[in-house]
Amino acid sequence: MDDNRRRFLKIAGLSILGMGIKPAADALASAEPKMIPSPEALVGKRWAMVVNMKKLREGGTEVMDRLSLACHSTHNVPDMGNPKSDVKWLWQEPYEHAFPGTESEILHKHHEGWASGLKVLVLCNHCDNPPCVRVCPTKATWKRPDGIVMMDYHRCIGCRYCMAACPYGARSLNWQDPRPFIKTELNREYPTRTRGVVEKCTFCFERLAKGLKPACVDAAKNKELVFGDMEDPKSEVRELLKTNFFIRRKPELGTSPQVYYIL
Amino acid sequence: MYNAGKIIIGIVIFVILATFPIWYNHGKAVTLPQLELPKDEKQCVEATDFMKSSHMKMLDEWRDSVVRDGNRVYVNGAGKQYLMSLQVTCMKCHTSREKFCDRCHNYLNVSPGCWDCHIAPDYKVAERSK
Amino acid sequence: MLEKAISGPKSYVAWVLVLLVILGIGFANYLRQLVFGLGITGMSRSVSWGLYIGQFTFLVGVAASAVMLVMTYYLHNFKKFGKITILGEFLAVASVIMCITFVTVDLGRPDRAVNIFLYPTPNSVLFWDFVVLSGYLLLNIVIGWTVLGCERRGVPPATWTKVLIYVSIPWAISIHTVTAFLYAGLPGRGFWLTAIMAPRFLGSAFACGPALLILFCMFLRKYTKFDAGWEAIQALAKISAYAMVASVFFFLCELFTVYYSQIPGHMTHFEYLFAGLQGVGNLRPLMWVCVTLAIIAAILMVLPQTRNSETWLPVGCATVFFSLWMEKGIALVVGGFIPNPMEVVYQYTPTLPELSITLGVWALGFLILTILYKVALGVRAELDAGSVSVNAPK
Repeated sequence: MDDNRRRFLKIAGLSILGMGIKPAADALASAEPKMIPSPEALVGKRWAMVVNMKKLREGGTEVMDRLSLACHSTHNVPDMGNPKSDVKWLWQEPYEHAFPGTESEILHKHHEGWASGLKVLVLCNHCDNPPCVRVCPTKATWKRPDGIVMMDYHRCIGCRYCMAACPYGARSLNWQDPRPFIKTELNREYPTRTRGVVEKCTFCFERLAKGLKPACVDAAKNKELVFGDMEDPKSEVRELLKTNFFIRRKPELGTSPQVYYIL
Repeated sequence: MYNAGKIIIGIVIFVILATFPIWYNHGKAVTLPQLELPKDEKQCVEATDFMKSSHMKMLDEWRDSVVRDGNRVYVNGAGKQYLMSLQVTCMKCHTSREKFCDRCHNYLNVSPGCWDCHIAPDYKVAERSK
Repeated sequence: MLEKAISGPKSYVAWVLVLLVILGIGFANYLRQLVFGLGITGMSRSVSWGLYIGQFTFLVGVAASAVMLVMTYYLHNFKKFGKITILGEFLAVASVIMCITFVTVDLGRPDRAVNIFLYPTPNSVLFWDFVVLSGYLLLNIVIGWTVLGCERRGVPPATWTKVLIYVSIPWAISIHTVTAFLYAGLPGRGFWLTAIMAPRFLGSAFACGPALLILFCMFLRKYTKFDAGWEAIQALAKISAYAMVASVFFFLCELFTVYYSQIPGHMTHFEYLFAGLQGVGNLRPLMWVCVTLAIIAAILMVLPQTRNSETWLPVGCATVFFSLWMEKGIALVVGGFIPNPMEVVYQYTPTLPELSITLGVWALGFLILTILYKVALGVRAELDAGSVSVNAPK
């Protein structure tokens, strides 16, 4: 009996000693590597964009071409050259295509109306209630805490359910290898994508992380595009939307798009 | 044994095929890959041994951290900070994919899919015309 | 039991070889698609789903139709279906394999398909589609094979098999309900945003599956010794008839809602399909043939004179099959994308490689079906000849 108790105490003592090895080793070891956001990153709770349609009309297609080019060249977006396999993140559409159903059929017939001939810039709306995020089976697209609907090109399986779900046609699949079709000078700090994955505007998350505004906003010298945090009462986007009439694309669908078009 | 002739022939053929890698390369040793190290930097993001054994795991963690968690900066065990980017950080020093990365990967017959998207520093734009 | 599929009459061997050739050519084209990308098909930025997903949608219904046999036989003791439940279950296996294959060939990055299982996303209907399809495949393989084996040995199936059979009944309903939900929950696609999408799938499944089974049964009756029994065939025909009438009715309901409400975003899809839009309409001939066949099918299947006739029943079943194949296999999917969210028409025309791959998958399905049916027929022949295996209990 004494023998058993002694053995038990010996084993218990050794076990406690052994259990203490890991914490001790951890304390003595060098610091664990950490992965942290960049200190100069722009921080926001709900990123949004305001598109000034009046300024776009004044600037004309050259301005819109330049803004699209800024985006596409920064991100090595290919120019496939045909509507079948087109890949586009930021592009122009006639007003009645961007806002279908809002035109007057009669004025349209007579080529009249304030929106007659107007072209607007369209892009992913980074909805607050995005149907594309709801349907993605692998979470290759998801909504970040700061509101950006993000893409993980490593995880996308190319099922194109998100393309079917998007009510705005904002997403493009790479129907073939895009590299031969990149007509702009390669931005060697940003990757390209492979055939078989879906891509779209990501509100320049990589530039936001470096403290820079999105490429298109940067290129909009006349504030045709304004970017900011909707949850910041002092942000430019909030100011603009306080005083200007704005519309959004297909608001009745409940997607809560965060790209606002002011007149 | 029924059909002894056919079976024995079959076994012999199988043994020859199964041991193919052993006898085909017998006596021929392929030289170990020679990596061209960067000229300016002597210290990588982590220690050489760690990089040799775990660079793939680290790159995977970087990928998920940047793309999915919104991080940007890697603080290594010694407290030094690096931008988590294959194209910008790693390739700044290892300026040739062919002379560094591919050497070991080819030797081991590994083809990581990184280069389908990430632009290697020696990717020639002229390749586009292919 | 699989050895029964290895040997057979010359016609069987020839049929299998033809299927293998079609499958081989399709596979070769699939390799081309893997190298080039999905751009080798006729799909586009606007019509991002085409023939592959259409065929998958149609076949999900066919796969679910096995439940009509299983439910009536096991749940309601309709003994007349005794001989053919196995045919239904094996049809389900072949169909589900075709469904999974069509989805796989449609993926842009099939090498990443495991991501669906590595990163399960319960809010995505596609995730659930994979779950229910894989489950249904497993269920039917296990049930079919086990029941066939038991029958061969002259023993009743074990309780666990019975449990699986009962599970397979609601599971069959789930597979095409979930597939319908893929479409019916998308806010931007007015053509699909209808509450009766799942009931429509049910209707076409129970019309099309039994119709196909009847065609198979009549073929086997004529060219093999397998006789399902005219009463069983008639029971299937009645199910198909009423399901076809329901399908036609559902379509008319859709037409009413769309045209009485006059909402342009909903009408434009029907306009494109039946009348053409913005100057083009390459699906018009298909749609009008589909509608005509559907009406003919409903009449032929409902009228007892034609349903009971050995000459007209196959005609009726074929019209059911083809009209619903046109509707679910092509019109439903492509029509939802045209016009696109910007109300612009971009048309879809499948390319030759795409057609070849599609045919290849159908050949795969028919090959699996042929092999499984050969096994089932072999067992049935054994039982009818009175030869029972040595292990059968007395």
